Amino acid sequence: MKRTFLGEFEEVVLLTVAILGEEAYGVTVTQELEQKTGRSVGFSTVHTTLQRMEEKGLLSSKMGGATAERGGRRKRFFTVTAFGRKALQEVKQVREELWNALPPQTLQLMGG
Amino acid sequence: MSKADRRKPTATTPPRWVATLLRWFAAPDTLEETEGDLLEMYAYWVGTVGLRKARWKYIGSVVRLLRPFAKHKRSKEYPQPFLFSYAMIRNYFKIAFRNLLKNKGYSAINIGGLAVGMAVAMLIGLWVHDELTFNQHHENYARIAQVMQNHHFGGEIRTGSGTPKQLETALRNQYGSNFKYLVLAGGAGEHTLAFGNTKVTQTGNYMGPEVAEMLSLKMLKGTRWGLKDQNSVMLSESTSKSVFGDSDPIDKILKIDNNQSVRVTGVYADLPHHSSFSNLAFIAPWKLLEKDLPPWIGWGNNWFQLFVQIADNADMNRVSANIHNAKLNHIDKEEAKYKPVVFLQPMRNWNLYSNFKNGVNAGGRIEIVWLFGVIGLFVLLLACINFMNLNTARSEKRAKEIGVRKAVGSAKAQLALQFLGESLLVVSIAFVISLLLTRLCLPEFNNVVEKKIVVPWNMPSFWLACIGFVLFTGLVAGSYPALYLSSFKPIAALKGVTSKLTGGHFSGSPRRVLVVLQFSVSVTLIIGTIIVFRQVQFAKNRPIGYSRQQLVSSPIKSDEIIKHYAAFRNDLLNTGIVEEVTATDSPVTNTFVTNSGFSWKGKDPSMTDEFVTLRITHEFGKTIGWQLKHGRDFSKEFPTDSMGFILNEAAVKYMGLKNPIGEMIQWGNNGKYKVIGVVKDLVTQSPYEPVRQTIFFLNYIRISLISMKIKPTASASAAVAKIGSVFKKYDPENLFQYTFADQEYNRKFSDEERIAMLTTFFAVLAVFISCLGLFGLASFVAEQRTKEIGIRKVLGASVVNLWQLLSREFLVLVIVSCIISGPVAWYFMSDWLQRYTYRTEISWWIFAAAGVGALTITLLTVSFQAIKAALLNPVKSLRSE
Repeated sequence: MKRTFLGEFEEVVLLTVAILGEEAYGVTVTQELEQKTGRSVGFSTVHTTLQRMEEKGLLSSKMGGATAERGGRRKRFFTVTAFGRKALQEVKQVREELWNALPPQTLQLMGG
Repeated sequence: MSKADRRKPTATTPPRWVATLLRWFAAPDTLEETEGDLLEMYAYWVGTVGLRKARWKYIGSVVRLLRPFAKHKRSKEYPQPFLFSYAMIRNYFKIAFRNLLKNKGYSAINIGGLAVGMAVAMLIGLWVHDELTFNQHHENYARIAQVMQNHHFGGEIRTGSGTPKQLETALRNQYGSNFKYLVLAGGAGEHTLAFGNTKVTQTGNYMGPEVAEMLSLKMLKGTRWGLKDQNSVMLSESTSKSVFGDSDPIDKILKIDNNQSVRVTGVYADLPHHSSFSNLAFIAPWKLLEKDLPPWIGWGNNWFQLFVQIADNADMNRVSANIHNAKLNHIDKEEAKYKPVVFLQPMRNWNLYSNFKNGVNAGGRIEIVWLFGVIGLFVLLLACINFMNLNTARSEKRAKEIGVRKAVGSAKAQLALQFLGESLLVVSIAFVISLLLTRLCLPEFNNVVEKKIVVPWNMPSFWLACIGFVLFTGLVAGSYPALYLSSFKPIAALKGVTSKLTGGHFSGSPRRVLVVLQFSVSVTLIIGTIIVFRQVQFAKNRPIGYSRQQLVSSPIKSDEIIKHYAAFRNDLLNTGIVEEVTATDSPVTNTFVTNSGFSWKGKDPSMTDEFVTLRITHEFGKTIGWQLKHGRDFSKEFPTDSMGFILNEAAVKYMGLKNPIGEMIQWGNNGKYKVIGVVKDLVTQSPYEPVRQTIFFLNYIRISLISMKIKPTASASAAVAKIGSVFKKYDPENLFQYTFADQEYNRKFSDEERIAMLTTFFAVLAVFISCLGLFGLASFVAEQRTKEIGIRKVLGASVVNLWQLLSREFLVLVIVSCIISGPVAWYFMSDWLQRYTYRTEISWWIFAAAGVGALTITLLTVSFQAIKAALLNPVKSLRSE
């Protein structure tokens, strides 16, 4: 089967959505990413990525949770689909296979 | 938060314009969560990086999220209501009928007004259609034309349809390739047809043999070439019936005017009423007429008509231009002075564009078609305005229904559709009523306009037009209420705050504008009617210079009368009932004979003169009672009077004579005539035109008409019987016919009187419809202000106070209408009057009268409701609800 290609940023966002569980929507994903990675993440980038991954079928979404601070507007909560989980597994597996293939002396050189 | 503050960004609110930008250009599917997310992010950024940076980040994010060309990808979360669901449509019908039945008075005014308006529009539509399709049933409609001529008379170009008979041969020989058929015609008028003892008088014509092909006559018997033989005749179906009954007319021998024996060679179907030849009851061969014509008839005698059908590949304008000089090439210098130009008047112009001014086509009936077309549209518009006004006014009562419908999810489009549908329903009902009304009024209408219009029940295009008409009226009349009602705000509508329903201060203004429009049209029509009436009256009151009372005329149909004129006259006088007898060559109420070629002392040699001439006998003056100004009347004591002229004042002026009596006038080769008298102008032609220069002279041979003055004591019927017996004695073969001069004269006003009658009808109708609407509006306003009136009464307002309160608004509207319609009416009516040389003035009191009239009617209409409301017991009105 052909593997789904996940970009690096997509992978990180997908992981974050998985971490946040029930609470994953645009704002939380952006803030979580900033805090966890320490890098400044554009909201628009995250938003677009989430949309794109939903179109690809990696994520699913539903509306809900309107609050006053949002002017009564609802949020779009994202959850990782089975296909998304499989894609994450595959990425992880590829990484691990690559790490395992690394010769031990090189690993030492890198300070591992 | 006040308005001013809202625009400035604070810690919690980012700049509004950015959000607006987002709303306009962001992807529509994700708009809601994006807006929310961005608000949360903004608050977060304000906390982490500060207000300034937060704003920049916010703006940057928005800009990057703009997707100006994005479209909806996901389906809506809620199902879109189906606009034409069966249940809802049934519901609409139910509600519509309930509403109609609940307000019976309003419904009656609404439907009745609209039905009357539509019926009028339909009648006018049928009439306009009839006028526009005049002659079109002739297969060769586009290729048929009548040959006409322009002549120059002293700086003025006169156009006439008479042609010399030689023109036909000239066109045939020299321009033959341009024409398919050429038909000469002459001797049109009433003729007696006799078969055995059956005698009928019918209008027929003597025409060339190609006429049947040209007019594509539908032959019931015989062929279209039945006129080739000189002694033949073709009859119309109805003529054949009246002469021969049901027996076969073919090859029977008829006698025309008791001297021409002809064989019936064909019967054609009657020509329809909207044809220029509709009264053609029989056609005799042109040759039959020609053989009896005097030999001296030449190029100068424009006595005949020439109809042509141009060749199949020819162009009407080009042919017309080709034949311009067809006459000029054949005539001598003296005749050529008049510069005759021959041209074609195509059949499509015969009916609607028949007037010529200085040689150029100057419209004609088309103006009246336009006038009534526009008036018809206006009446329909008035009815539509009523409908709109009453509907919007009444709609406020339905505010709750609209509120509920909106609350349970009706879209604006659905509501608009509902109300449009409702108006279409009402229009359909009104349409059915108007069809009935049209059917009922058509005979009377036909009488007034002298037509035979029928409702074309089985013509698909008629029904198509009707459906289009219903749709148009329904949409126009329903559009404003539909848009107005569907824009109600649901909360206000449910609370019942009527003034805030649409949010504007001016929600009542369109209604006011419509009322003003209605009354402007009505008042304009009233003013127009008064002016038309005054013009007719003015022309009728014009002094005509002779007495037309008790004056009977009868055509001379037998030469016996001319031969024994003196004895004939004596016999008439001996009846004891006739005061005086004279004979003329054309009727005194319509002198159509003109002559030229006169020369007198001091005449400009280059002047091309033209005079109306009237051949008379010695007693003419006494018979009609003319007034001599100078000189003397013709007298039998002076035998030289046979070479004498009597002129009218216009002729003296035209010739520029200082002392006309005794002047000698040379008339071509006819000899020198001496002027023996001058009479005051006699109106013998159009009562709206100046009197034309006229010459009276004696002639006992070329006379065609006997005129008799009946004694004032005698009754007309007894006189006619006695005169008839004298005619019978000298002319036993022909039927005695007669006309009264005063009736003939009055016929000159028939066109104007018809216009007056129709405009009166329209004006009354317009006022009626407008008042109907006003009545409905006033009652609505009174009903709406029931409580207010109750409170005012309790606080001591008198009935007069309340009446003023309720009437003032409408009065102001009508006054505004009067101010608008005055100049409009003045402009159009002064334009209309321009066509009459002899015309009435437009004086200020006409406008004042129309205005006062409109105000009075308005007051009466409104007062009824106002007083009714004002007299209501306040206890009752305050307790309602």
